[in-house]
Amino acid sequence: MKEIICKLLVIGAGPGGYTCAIRAGQLGVDTVIVEAERAGGTCLNIGCIPSKALIHAAEEYDNVSHMVGLSSPLGISVESAGLDLARTVAWKDGIVARLNSGVLALLARAKVKIVHGRARFRDGKTVEVETETGIQTIRAQAVVIATGSEPVDLPGLAFGGSVMSSTEALSLTAVPKKLVVVGAGYIGVELGTAFAKMGSKVTFVEAREQILPQYDRDLVAPVAKRLTALGVRVLNSTKVKGLTDDGLVIKDAAGEEHRLAADKVLVAVGRRPRTKGLGLDELDLDRAGPFLRIDEHCRTSMRGVYAIGDLTGEPMLAHRAMAQGELVAEIVAGKRRSWDKRSIPAVCFTDPEIVAVGLSPDEARAQGFDIRVGQFPFSANGRAMTVSRDDGFVRVVARADSNLVLGVQAVGFAVSELSAAFSLAIEMGARLEDIAATIHAHPTRSEGFQEAAMKALGHALHI
Amino acid sequence: MAEFIIKMPDVGEGVAEAELVEWHVKPGDPVREDMVLAAVMTDKATVEIPSPVNGIVRWLGAEVGDTIAVKAPLLRIEVAGDGEAADDGTGASAPVGVEASTMSTIENQPSGVVEEKPVPSIAKDQRRAKPVETHPVSPAPVKPVASPAVRLRAQEGGIDLRQVLGTGPAGRITHDDLDRFVVRGADLPVSAKALARNTTFEEIKVTGLRRRISEKMTRAAARIPHITYVEEIDVTDLELLRETMNGNRKQDQPKLTLLPFLMRAMVKTCAEQPGINATFDDDAGIITRHGGVHIGVATQTSTGLTVPVVRHAEARSIWDCAAELMRVAEAARSGSALREELSGSTITITSLGALGGIATTPIINYPEVAIVGVNKIVMRPIWDGRRFVARKMMNLSSSFDHRVVDGFDAASFIQRIKALLETPALLFIES
Repeated sequence: MKEIICKLLVIGAGPGGYTCAIRAGQLGVDTVIVEAERAGGTCLNIGCIPSKALIHAAEEYDNVSHMVGLSSPLGISVESAGLDLARTVAWKDGIVARLNSGVLALLARAKVKIVHGRARFRDGKTVEVETETGIQTIRAQAVVIATGSEPVDLPGLAFGGSVMSSTEALSLTAVPKKLVVVGAGYIGVELGTAFAKMGSKVTFVEAREQILPQYDRDLVAPVAKRLTALGVRVLNSTKVKGLTDDGLVIKDAAGEEHRLAADKVLVAVGRRPRTKGLGLDELDLDRAGPFLRIDEHCRTSMRGVYAIGDLTGEPMLAHRAMAQGELVAEIVAGKRRSWDKRSIPAVCFTDPEIVAVGLSPDEARAQGFDIRVGQFPFSANGRAMTVSRDDGFVRVVARADSNLVLGVQAVGFAVSELSAAFSLAIEMGARLEDIAATIHAHPTRSEGFQEAAMKALGHALHI
Repeated sequence: MAEFIIKMPDVGEGVAEAELVEWHVKPGDPVREDMVLAAVMTDKATVEIPSPVNGIVRWLGAEVGDTIAVKAPLLRIEVAGDGEAADDGTGASAPVGVEASTMSTIENQPSGVVEEKPVPSIAKDQRRAKPVETHPVSPAPVKPVASPAVRLRAQEGGIDLRQVLGTGPAGRITHDDLDRFVVRGADLPVSAKALARNTTFEEIKVTGLRRRISEKMTRAAARIPHITYVEEIDVTDLELLRETMNGNRKQDQPKLTLLPFLMRAMVKTCAEQPGINATFDDDAGIITRHGGVHIGVATQTSTGLTVPVVRHAEARSIWDCAAELMRVAEAARSGSALREELSGSTITITSLGALGGIATTPIINYPEVAIVGVNKIVMRPIWDGRRFVARKMMNLSSSFDHRVVDGFDAASFIQRIKALLETPALLFIES
């Protein structure tokens, strides 16, 4: 097979890789992208997109379920609610397929050459791809590794049978009666909540003291309350000992062992970088723990070899990978660029949703800032009441000396869409006064952002 | 276990030493093959030194700012095994323009045996007498406050936003602040509005390009007895011609400034006076007269003065000179110029005309023997024998190495350029 020579080779067509390739193609860089599976990576195929589809379907079903009989305060009633999960999954697969072809079309429009197969480094600038028709050698001036991450399994709980990772959970065709979710991080809580809404009896087993341990207690409290309302059992400070034929053996904080019945066990304890089988060990790139070490230009320790996305570390988020991909493409095209983002928004599609951008109050104090905090509850927000979901709040953290906004967090129904305003405020270097003096449309949840800023300034209007 | 000594690579062009501008590693750091270890500055270009081996850094032979002789030990790396891997990639991994790093393998030698130190060209004690400190020191904010668009502009322009004073709310840096910085350089804090004694001071170590400039200027001024000759030139007709040519230029032709015409005049004059287009190796006592006229053009960049070179101006048309000048000047400003584009000139033009001033005393670009300085064109009344007429006048301030160029030859050179520029048609007549 004839050797391919190009300026840029991207390994992995996930959100980081395909963004990098498209941008490079736009800039006239001769680019090749290699993907072993379907374009779009974890995010599009087995992550963000399918999980959000399933979460939405579960939410709809839950709403309808509460309209059976005459119990809904909205005055709507239905005879009964039904769910055909196989059809739901087929609908979800349709969305994924549409987006898959969309990514391929965008790559083609940017004149990026796509090679399907598994890549393995021969040296820092040469990669061999195992394709259906044989080994394809690709030689490039610059290489971007964007192979992403994969779910971590637990000793004694290997994936298979009743034990599944998020990937299998998103393709179930029947709702499990009893579902145990091991790990109450954002993936576990998002999916566990969806299955609870679809009728599973869900139990969370979390080794730490609270669910969603990366967030502070105030942000997590409305989510915990909602889980209780949904009949979900949460076992904090609890560890998994092993699996038996009829369920899971766990050990609580007091050291006592219990047995948890389960049809299915979802293990969502984290993700690890996907670096195996790439020949990376031969390159001997510098690591930062299990991740590849990169600098502010996404350069690895080998010249001309870049890394982006999940295999470069936390936060493992698609939008971080995309921003890195764009950055590297522009560097390869000869532009002066370096990573200069002020924040990476994090969204948790739990119920209610959590958004965090920039520093929390604790993080800001830990960094030595004297701060002021403004918090506005959705219980005082008209729009929140009109959709029957007035739980949660918006919180703004600012420097006390200059009112420069350091962080914004929110928890509430559908607050994920507020993340854009929060990120923009921080990237633009907004002060509390800027947000307070910006007209926010009424009635919307975004008024909560303005009111939180006003509260921090000492003159909230609606509380 | 074995140890590698990586020595200062020979950077060519007879350069015997280079300045260490950055370490990328410290003792104890693991290094991988091809990883960048250090950056050194050679003749105005920064060159990265990659590691030829895997191992652990055991010893650094210099500090940032030190000038290191070629082949002096730069750092020592402990490698596993007998270190044969060093034979691979030594040449392949060397950056463009740098010869293969020279290194030696010392097997089973206790550390301390190789204590050969790099030879700094200036006594270390002298330079380190005062610790470098910057006053006042205040805790810096996390990152400068600026919108993404401002940050992008700064990155593209190579501007460190920490140096820019933000006038927006909470010290936010605006596009206007950036514009002002580009024009004026670093601002003073606005908080010092009231009249008050300013007792702060700042010591800045002269390193990198500024140090190269400083050394070069000192050498040129100290070694070359300059003779500076100033003459005024009537460029009225030349300006008319230039306007006409610019007005009729094709889409792919660059806009002509005065410099390409001056270059053309210099090329013609150098052909008649080859002693001016020359370099003088004063150590060897040899003057080299060059056939090719490689014209350096002093260019201000964000990091300092550089001299990109228009090579073989004698073989270029006016338009070609203009295009090449624009290309190399832009490369110098963006920091992407190759070493070859920043060296090898045989005569230099310096132009401070845009800033005004009636005369300058240009310093010769060592080891050349002549430099032509352009001053501002101004409209002046000139007595034509019967009346005053308005003419566009420009002074040329030019310096010559008086050791090898006599005053008479210097004056003849400038008078010939004057004649060509005042009757610009002569520029285009083939001899």
